[in-house]
Amino acid sequence: MAHEHKLEIFRGLLKFKSNTQKIWGVLILLTIVTTVEVALGIVKPEWSMAPFLGMKLLNWIFIILTIVKAYYITWDFMHMRDETKGLRRAVVWTTIFLILYLIFILLQEGGYVFDIYDNGYIKRDF
Amino acid sequence: MSTAVAEGKTWGGGNQPLKASYGKMMMWFFIVSDALTFSGFLAAYGFSRFKFIDAWPIADEVFTHFPFLHGVDAPMYYVAFMTFVLIMSSVTMVLAVDAGHHMNKSKVTFYMFLTIIGGLIFVGSQAWEWNTFIKGDYGAVQTKGGNILQFGHYVEKDGEQVFKRVAVKDFAVATAHKDRTQHERKNGLWFVNEGTLPSYTMDEVIHGLQANKDILVRTQIINEDGEKTVLSRGESLDQIMKNGRLVVEGANLHVNEYGSPLFADFFFFITGFHGFHVFSGVVINIIIFFNVVLGTYERRGSYEMVEKVGLYWHFVDLVWVFVFTFFYLV
Repeated sequence: MAHEHKLEIFRGLLKFKSNTQKIWGVLILLTIVTTVEVALGIVKPEWSMAPFLGMKLLNWIFIILTIVKAYYITWDFMHMRDETKGLRRAVVWTTIFLILYLIFILLQEGGYVFDIYDNGYIKRDF
Repeated sequence: MSTAVAEGKTWGGGNQPLKASYGKMMMWFFIVSDALTFSGFLAAYGFSRFKFIDAWPIADEVFTHFPFLHGVDAPMYYVAFMTFVLIMSSVTMVLAVDAGHHMNKSKVTFYMFLTIIGGLIFVGSQAWEWNTFIKGDYGAVQTKGGNILQFGHYVEKDGEQVFKRVAVKDFAVATAHKDRTQHERKNGLWFVNEGTLPSYTMDEVIHGLQANKDILVRTQIINEDGEKTVLSRGESLDQIMKNGRLVVEGANLHVNEYGSPLFADFFFFITGFHGFHVFSGVVINIIIFFNVVLGTYERRGSYEMVEKVGLYWHFVDLVWVFVFTFFYLV
């Protein structure tokens, strides 16, 4: 049960000797990711300003790094790695599906409202 | 095994198909619903941002302060520090859970204590962030359409012309006799009062702008370089005199000197809601901490309660990771 911990991360590439050691390992990983995020946010390198799928490339990098962090917090700190498949899927799949749906609907609508103002169909800037 | 026996085993209770206790599973399902609440807020923030995509405030220009470092431009360092504090307190929480599995009471106590301290540092930092944000730093002018006009001038830095913000208080000419006194409950209409008046009137700002020839106006519109548009001297005077209505200092739920008032509304609401989660997490952690000290779980033979509050605490950290990205980075 919960007392048995799976001790490897990166699909078995890195295997820790004890649960405590794994916790510190994950902390180091999360710290590195956060540092990279803050560094990129301050430097804002030229190449990352290129538009990519409706956003700056940098924003996509931030979002992907955030999901990486979220994965390790859920899997290792919240012990999702050690739960049964049923529980894991009930929690993770439901949430991700609903959130993706909500984000799609709202961002689509927001972009549409912007376009209407922008095309001068409705005047806002007095 | 006959069907009757199997059925008795399946439906007779005490069966855990997901190999998690009732309490832990309910904590997971609560977390799912809370995660959906938070994503509702963040998606609404995304909606408003996409609606004003060409004029949204740039976070690096808003959150530039660090405690005890006055006048130093330190974008995001403090939030990065807060993020680290929260991740660190998450780590001490898992260590407490781990010590609980080994029935090590003194270690659980120690790690729970560190987790509570981390939570308190985080909530304190957030209070400081709010305070800085509410006070504001440069001040701005709001137009009758609700747009924000900020001030600045070009200075030479490393051989380049850089636009540097100027605070309203540094150029506005204060006139000796103020034409406007604050309306209080005791005067005029009974029990009707008004909010704090801005330190300067529009006339004083206009006089100051006319007197300082190098000061220009910056609008909220973001240009191709990803920077806010700076108007020419002529346009600046024109905008302020024709459209300027109100001097705005800092941010609240009505006005926001950094740009769209919606930015401030969402900032207060989302970080406030998250801060409230951290606060209740700290309270729950304190309760569990005392239970650990009193030996409740030692007698119960299981530290699963620590694991359950641990789940909640990690969830708070998880939400912060997203708030950090969508408010400060993206």
